[in-house]
Amino acid sequence: MSEATMPVSKLADATPAEAAETVTEHNADQGGHGTTTGISNNKLMMWAFLGSECLLFGALISTYLLYKERFTGFAEGLAPFDEDGRNIGPRFGGENGEGVFDIPFTSISSFILLGSSLTMVLALSAIRRSEYRSFRIWTLTTAALGSVFIAGQIYEFTEFVEKGLGFSTNIFGSAFFTLTGFHGVHVTIGIVMLLATYIMHKQGRLNSDKAETVEIVGLYWHFVDVVWILIFTIVYLFPQ
Amino acid sequence: MAITEDRPLALEAGTVTKVAERPLGALTRPQSDVGWASWFTTVDHKKIGIMYGVGSLFFFLFGGVEALMIRIQLAAPDGQFLSESLYNQVFTMHGVTMVFLVIMPMAAAFANYLLPLQVGARDVAFPRLNAFSFWCWLAGAIFLNTSWFLGGAPAGGWFAYAPNTSVTFAPGSGMDFYAIGLQIVGIASLVSAINLIVTVLNMRAPGMSLLKMPVLTWMLLVTQFLLLFAVPVITIALFLLTFDRSFGANFFNVEQGGSPLLWQHLFWIFGHPEVYILILPAFGIISEVIPTFSRKPIFGYPFMVGSGIAIGFMGWGVWAHHMFASGLGEISVAAFSLSTMFIAVPTGVKILNWLATMWGGRLRFNTPMLFACGVIAMFTIGGLSGVTHAVAPSDTQQTDTYYIVAHFHYVIFGGSLLGMFSGFYFWWPKVFGHKLSEKWGKINFWLMLIGFNMTFGPMHVLGLQGMARRHHSYAKEDGFGFWNGIVSAGAFVIALGTLAFLINIWLSARNAKRNPVEVGPDPWDARSLEWSTASPTPVHNFDVEPTVEFQDDWWHRKWGKNDEGKVVRKAYPEDIAQDGSATDVHLPSPSYWPLVLSLSLPIIGYSIIFTFWLLIPAGALFLAGFLGWALEPADDPEAAHGHDDHGNDDDHDADATADAEVEGASNV
Repeated sequence: MSEATMPVSKLADATPAEAAETVTEHNADQGGHGTTTGISNNKLMMWAFLGSECLLFGALISTYLLYKERFTGFAEGLAPFDEDGRNIGPRFGGENGEGVFDIPFTSISSFILLGSSLTMVLALSAIRRSEYRSFRIWTLTTAALGSVFIAGQIYEFTEFVEKGLGFSTNIFGSAFFTLTGFHGVHVTIGIVMLLATYIMHKQGRLNSDKAETVEIVGLYWHFVDVVWILIFTIVYLFPQ
Repeated sequence: MAITEDRPLALEAGTVTKVAERPLGALTRPQSDVGWASWFTTVDHKKIGIMYGVGSLFFFLFGGVEALMIRIQLAAPDGQFLSESLYNQVFTMHGVTMVFLVIMPMAAAFANYLLPLQVGARDVAFPRLNAFSFWCWLAGAIFLNTSWFLGGAPAGGWFAYAPNTSVTFAPGSGMDFYAIGLQIVGIASLVSAINLIVTVLNMRAPGMSLLKMPVLTWMLLVTQFLLLFAVPVITIALFLLTFDRSFGANFFNVEQGGSPLLWQHLFWIFGHPEVYILILPAFGIISEVIPTFSRKPIFGYPFMVGSGIAIGFMGWGVWAHHMFASGLGEISVAAFSLSTMFIAVPTGVKILNWLATMWGGRLRFNTPMLFACGVIAMFTIGGLSGVTHAVAPSDTQQTDTYYIVAHFHYVIFGGSLLGMFSGFYFWWPKVFGHKLSEKWGKINFWLMLIGFNMTFGPMHVLGLQGMARRHHSYAKEDGFGFWNGIVSAGAFVIALGTLAFLINIWLSARNAKRNPVEVGPDPWDARSLEWSTASPTPVHNFDVEPTVEFQDDWWHRKWGKNDEGKVVRKAYPEDIAQDGSATDVHLPSPSYWPLVLSLSLPIIGYSIIFTFWLLIPAGALFLAGFLGWALEPADDPEAAHGHDDHGNDDDHDADATADAEVEGASNV
């Protein structure tokens, strides 16, 4: 009976300094040791956010799939498939009716983006081992590879518009540019995050004891890459 | 990232955090957490909770006035009070306001104030993000309502079916305000959901395992997960709508092959979980109130939690029952009929458990308990009419009639809102240090309950008679006049009930000021941790972080079984509760940046609707807010803290001012 009341009455008698100390012990570390789950607050936040992002891209991809199918049926002459049923994108390429997609080009930029996941891993591993020079190199490389991908996307978008497929041309254009555009914005935000970690490191605010920050940026970066694998497969590779 | 808080919430006593000083001109770090200006910079979850509460009550009056306008128009045949166009705007904004600007933020008020207290934490995981959520919500809410003065409010109904929302059929800027306004409010919900999920999962007091958390904490946690996954879907739907309206996309352009049904799917994939987002917090609230006023533990705690989780999962598989009339095909209709019937099971479990909790208990019918009983009764009626919608043939008959209006008001008003009122009466002493008057509380309850049933009961009849919703008027020959008269009278009785609530707030605050009565830490003999600290809650919540042994731990500290197995008192709350006198507890410092950042969002909205030139100030504000936030350390070592008494700096009367603040807020 008195046991249950014990902790409170004991603590109530404690001096403020003692009380504060008790509190400090529990909240001591934000690296995960002080939290109930053992995962730090920041990392858990990123995981929750990425969970939410799954539904965001899920809705976008569903929209694209629906509109690709409706478009194929709706606009006969513009069907985005050649005679063998291969996906060549909508035909806006002049009289011979070639599709807008340039699969080899997009494949290369896709592999560049996927490669950036590797350099991201290397950056994290470097900062964990306090190898700051290679951390800086790999972080900048990751950001650079991401930028190449974005540049490729901008080039691709301009090409499509020149060939006659704009954002408001038809439902395919709207769905395509929205889906890939949203992904591009995500990559861009990732590049900003990478540059921010680089700057923070340069200012001496990010060292091996804060390697988790890099890990969290990495989680986001890998997620965006995985989503691109889905989008690339669904938009460019799926046959009819 | 610097955008997140990576410092401990409570620092070791006496230590000074070493961070580089960054002078930021006019917006240097606010130093005080007392005085009126502190409300703009606060990151305290309790103050933010109070602001959510005040904001949602304000919009409740706003949405209520809109409802009264609808009822004046429909009180008699051939109403002339509102024009057709104005009527469309009023009923649309009534729905949008009540869902997004009243019930959701009211639930957020309880979540913000109570979640950290119930799990025994000092604050939420990310205090500045929490402030950002609130300001973002308020910015979105005000943005939505400025549409009244800027070319007309949205008029496409709260679920805004395409292609009615296209530029062709909705040429004004109303639907743009809808799409962008809800987007901003959605950002607030998403950020807050992430924040609260991390708080509950990560910041529980030692010993509080998941299955020792109060039912309210559980229900709010499920709600946050629903928000986490539902908000992105409406985000996309609203983006598609904005792209269509402002940038010439073709998503809902039927001529181009766009699919209006896509909007319905996306909206209701969000919309049905949203229904549970609205009701689960109220379920949680009355799951705290009923055991307290029955003097029994909640009956079947694991089932109570499990059914809440089950509702959370099943809520994702029933959305198409909103679309039975759209021609989905037999298999879809059958599947969604079945899943809709099944979701009544976990809800039924809850109702049974509340009744079983009350069974054999020593009931006290204080106002919170009355409202909780009201929820059980009214929600059961609404739930039963909901089951009739699961029967697809019957549903297609009722679609777009007042029967539907009756149903969802029974669950949202009779369930969510009455539940929130129960919560207001229950936690008022914890928040403001004085109880609300029982006399006025009972007047409030009975006026609301009677008015509510007068208003929405007859709507079942009107719906079955074939009266279509959203029609501007009806003819005398339709024969709807009699019941509509009753309905309109009932609406004014509800208004009287609301007035009684406001009078109650005012009188109780005045009384408490004139003859202060010590309300004590635990006036209701309640069960969860928030009652183990002083009332009103001290700024640092707990002097000492609580340790938890049992579910309903606080109750077990007060009561135990003697040798004969009888429940006897072990201790009085006044003796074992923390008195809030601890000093030297460092709390997260206030900040301007959440406010600055959120202010940029509505300006971005105006720039999309009116002129892109506005993007210049909006972008500048956004960048300033973002950079300021990122460069500001999460904790300011120089800050003064409310109960800090180191040094004789100029805030020695901090306590008195803080109390006055709380009094002031209670008068709103």
